[in-house]
Order: sequence, then C-alpha cells, then structure tokens
Amino acid sequence: MSSISENVRDAQGSPTGLAAEGGTVTVPPSAGRARGIGWRMRAEIALLAGPALIVFLAFVIFPVVMAAYYGFFSWQGFGPPTDFVGLRNYVTILTDPTFHDALRHNAFIMVMSLVMQGPIAIGLALLLNRKMRGQSIIRVLIFVPYVISEVVVGTGWSLMLQTTGAVNDLLGKLGLESLQRDWLSDPKIAIWTLMIIITWKYVGFAVILFLAGLQGIPEELSEAAAIDGASYWQVQRRITLPLLGPTLRIWAFLSIIGSLQLFDLVYIVWGQYVASTAGTSTMATYMVVNGRNAGSFGYGNAVAVVLFVISLIVALIYQRFVLRRDTEGATTGGKR
Amino acid sequence: MATTTIRRPATSTTVSKTSNRRRGDAAVWGVAALLIAAILAPVVYIVLGGFRTNSQITLDPSGLPAPWQVGNYLDVLGGSVFWTQVLNSAFAALSTTLGVVALGLAASYVLARYRFRGRGALYSLFAAGLMFPMTVAITPLYILVRELGLMNSLAGVILPQVAFALPTTIIILVPFLRAIPDEIEEASLLDGCSKLSFFWRMVVPLSMPGVVTVGILAFIASWNSYMLPLFILNDESAFTLPLGVQAFASQHSVDTARVLAFTSLSMLPALVFFSLFERRIVGGLTGAVKG
Repeated sequence: MSSISENVRDAQGSPTGLAAEGGTVTVPPSAGRARGIGWRMRAEIALLAGPALIVFLAFVIFPVVMAAYYGFFSWQGFGPPTDFVGLRNYVTILTDPTFHDALRHNAFIMVMSLVMQGPIAIGLALLLNRKMRGQSIIRVLIFVPYVISEVVVGTGWSLMLQTTGAVNDLLGKLGLESLQRDWLSDPKIAIWTLMIIITWKYVGFAVILFLAGLQGIPEELSEAAAIDGASYWQVQRRITLPLLGPTLRIWAFLSIIGSLQLFDLVYIVWGQYVASTAGTSTMATYMVVNGRNAGSFGYGNAVAVVLFVISLIVALIYQRFVLRRDTEGATTGGKR
Repeated sequence: MATTTIRRPATSTTVSKTSNRRRGDAAVWGVAALLIAAILAPVVYIVLGGFRTNSQITLDPSGLPAPWQVGNYLDVLGGSVFWTQVLNSAFAALSTTLGVVALGLAASYVLARYRFRGRGALYSLFAAGLMFPMTVAITPLYILVRELGLMNSLAGVILPQVAFALPTTIIILVPFLRAIPDEIEEASLLDGCSKLSFFWRMVVPLSMPGVVTVGILAFIASWNSYMLPLFILNDESAFTLPLGVQAFASQHSVDTARVLAFTSLSMLPALVFFSLFERRIVGGLTGAVKG
C-alpha cells in the first residue's frame, strides 16, 4: 500500500520537480525529485502543524515546565523569583497533614467514582441502545447534568442541601425525618454528598462514551447470537460488554485523572475555608488555597508538581495494568 | 445516520419474542422514568425556584411556586449584567471553538496522513497534553497571561483554552482522518490534486462529523469553564457566566429566588446548543467515516 502511494507521488511530483530545478536534468532524477518533495512536504507540515504546536508549547508545556522551576522558590508572584529554597516547599507539602487529608479524599473520590458511575452508566447505555419510544428524548435528558456548568450545579445543589433546604424538607414531608442530615458540613457525610453530586454530574459523559462505543460494535454479532437463541441479557453479557472493553478502559482512565484533578465542584459548593473542615478538600483546592489565595506562588507551583507527579504515577500504573490485560486477552483469544 | 445504526440491532432481536419484549419495555420504562426523575429534580428545583418568592422558599423549601412569579426572571433579563456575561461567554466559547477546530484539524491532518520522521514523537507530545490538565498549570499560566498583559481580557482565557483542548481534539480527529480511504487520496493525487488541496477539498468535508464533535465539546467546555476565568478575569465587566453566577449568588445570598432565576437562565444556552447537536456528538465519537 505504501509503495503505491509513493509511486503516485512520484508520478505526480516529477513534472513539478523538474520544473523547479530546471537545469539539474543531469542529476539522477529520483534524488532530485525526493529532495523537492521533501522540502515541499516539510513546508506543508510546518504550515499545518506549526500553529497548533506553537500554541500548545506556549500555553501547555511552558507553564508546566515553569511550575517545576517556580516550585523551588519562595515567591510572592511579583518580579523574578530570587529566594531559592530548594526542596523546602516539597518537604512542607509532604509533611502537611492537611495535604494528606486532601490526598486521601482524592483517592476515595477516584475509587468511588469508578464504582458508582461505571455500573450506572453501563446500564443506561445499554438501555438507550435499545429501540424504544422516546429514546432520543431520554438521551438528551441524561446528558443535561453533564452540559450544565459546575457553577450552576454547585449553586443549585448547595441551596438544596442546606439544613433548611429542599432535600431535608422533602424528607420531612415523606415522613423520613430520621434521614435528615447536615449534608454539607457533617464531615462523616459531606464526602458522600460530594460523590452523589459527582455521579449526578458526570455519569452522562460516561454514557456518551459508552453509546459511541456500542455503535462501533457490528450488529451482525448480536443478530447472529439472537438467531442462535441467545437472550437479550446473554447477548449483552457475552458479546456487547466484552467488546465494549476498550471504551470502558478509556473512560476509567479519564475518570481517574478527573478525580485526581477535581477542583470546581468542591471549591464552589464548599468554598475555600469549609472544604477542609467538612472533609472534602482535594489536592487542587489545597493548591489554590495555599498557593494563589495565600499569595505563595512558589508553594502553589510545588503543589502543582506534586499533583502532576501523583497523576502521572497513577496513569502509568494504570496503563501498564491495562496493557497487560489487553495482551493477555489477545493471547487467550488466540488459543481458542 | 446515527439513528439508523442504533435502531437496527434492537429490531432484529424483537422479531423472535415480541410479547416478552413488550413486558420488558414496560419495566425498562419504569427504571428509565425513575432515573430521569432523579436526573431532572435538581434542574427542576433551580428553574421552579426562580418562579417563587423568597418567603415561599423559606416557608416551604421543596414546594411548588404558588402563585407563580415571573418577577425574578424579568429582573435578571432586564438588567445589563446578565447580557454582558452572556456576550462574554459566547465570544469566548465561539473563539475557542474556532481556534481549536482550525489548529486541531490542520495538525491532525499532518499526523494522520503525512509520513515523516518525528511524527510519532509529535503525536506523543500532543497526547501527553492529556496528562497536563489545566489544574496543574494554572498558577504559572496565570503568571504567563499576566506577563503577556492579557489579564481581564477574554483573549487571556481563549488562548489557553485552545491549547488545552488540542490534545483531546487531535486524539479524536487523527483516527477520523486515517479512516479516509487511501484510494480517495490516491485518486485525487492522480487527478492532479496537491496534498494541500486534498486537505481543503476532501479532508475538511469528510471529517465534518468529527469536527462537529470536537467543536461542540470545546464550546461546552469553554461555556462552562470556571477555574481559568477565576484566575484571569477579576473585573466584573469581563466576567463570563460561571463567574457571574457565583458573584451573583454571593452578592444576593439572601435573595435565593433571584439567584435561582439567574442560575437557570445561565444554563439555558448550553442546554439548547447541546440538545440540537446531541446526535452529532455520539455519532462523531465513534470515529468512523461512513460517508
């Protein structure tokens, strides 16, 4: 296949190549053409990929590198950083019990997001993949929370969940006074409240991904299974779910990274002071509160580096784990 | 296109056991109705709360509007604060979307259909961007934007948003562009089409489903983005809607009904936008060109 396209390019490129280098007919034609095409191609690549690369390097890579640099300074954010403190910021972070709490909350959120959202989203995606009336309306409705901004979600939920708010009032009306709680400030409950809000907000995204994955599964497989007498549930369990595996793994990866970086919802619902006492602080809220809000930009950057390294380690472990599972699946599949 | 592919498998399974399926559908409907109620309850609370008065909300927090009040909504819609923020949000979201699509599509084309040394490295570089969510870079990004003199300007929000949306965009678009059959490219090259005009004439139209997907994702992400504007925009006249909602909620913390009205109006545009294009998102994520 590659040789064909090379030939095509040669056939196409030769007239322009000759025209461009008018006098160099004596040079072996193939070399001349290759060089001409190479320059042309390089220019096209630079023209097409250059702008994206520049913006990406300037606003993603450069700041991340600078975070690593600033992290070694005690710095208020004005003028060039001069007060080099070496690893002191990092020692402070890693020995700060407040940071340990935040890290623990992140770990909890990471695991519970997978456990709570995964099954619900698979169920919903299978449901929406069937033919039923009103299905397209349901599909739009399920994605509503995902489309609403974190600020709206946070504002709405925090009003509903106040001790005198709608949730407790509704529980009272239903005769369930015993279930009334201080949803937002009781440290035993607050993180579960956060999990409910997170699930509510992000399950729609998982459903979108799973639906897209389900569409990639050839219909012939389930048709054949149905003809062979497989029930709906057997088809889903034996055919659809295994084939959805790659999508599930991508979703889990995105969910894990998102959990480790969680900031918006916590900061909006609990604010910068309450999050740590309510037991919902995350590494990111710790970073903003102790970095920018405290005017300690060097320290904030060091927290960002720690947050990044932790995410990276988790991601690498996950990828290795997933890769191993994928190859194992492939070999056993081959043996059968 | 998307709908037909979804519906076909179900029809084929219904053929055998129609009556069973009817009963099954009723149960499925029950579950679906419960889930939808749970999903919509908070949204309904926000929207209906805007139609109540503060005393209604205090006396009966989970009740319905009685009588219905449109005053809160009219107040919000009559003021200039809301509209300024709508314009700011719309400008930021549209610019981000255009930037992401233009830069992302061009870069994806190179990564998908040019063969050159360093292509793998370039792809990995962009893909590695997934590992750098804005949270990690926010503090130095804030300093960078300040040094560039873009504080309190929407450009200071748009440029970083474009940059941070590139990895997802490229990862979604590259398989799309690879899936364009080589034969089409060969045929157009034979017909005297250069690689660049192949890009304009064939790739851009053929990749529209993927482009729409990444465009909508970028638009919604920008419309809802909170952390970056929180750092960059301190001046109320530059606020986007999320910052506006938060500021409004803290300024009028005793006026719950008006806060709810403001909040529900601010979520409308993204909802409308999404429900119009929902099919395209699901269709686009499958990453296949069936045209």
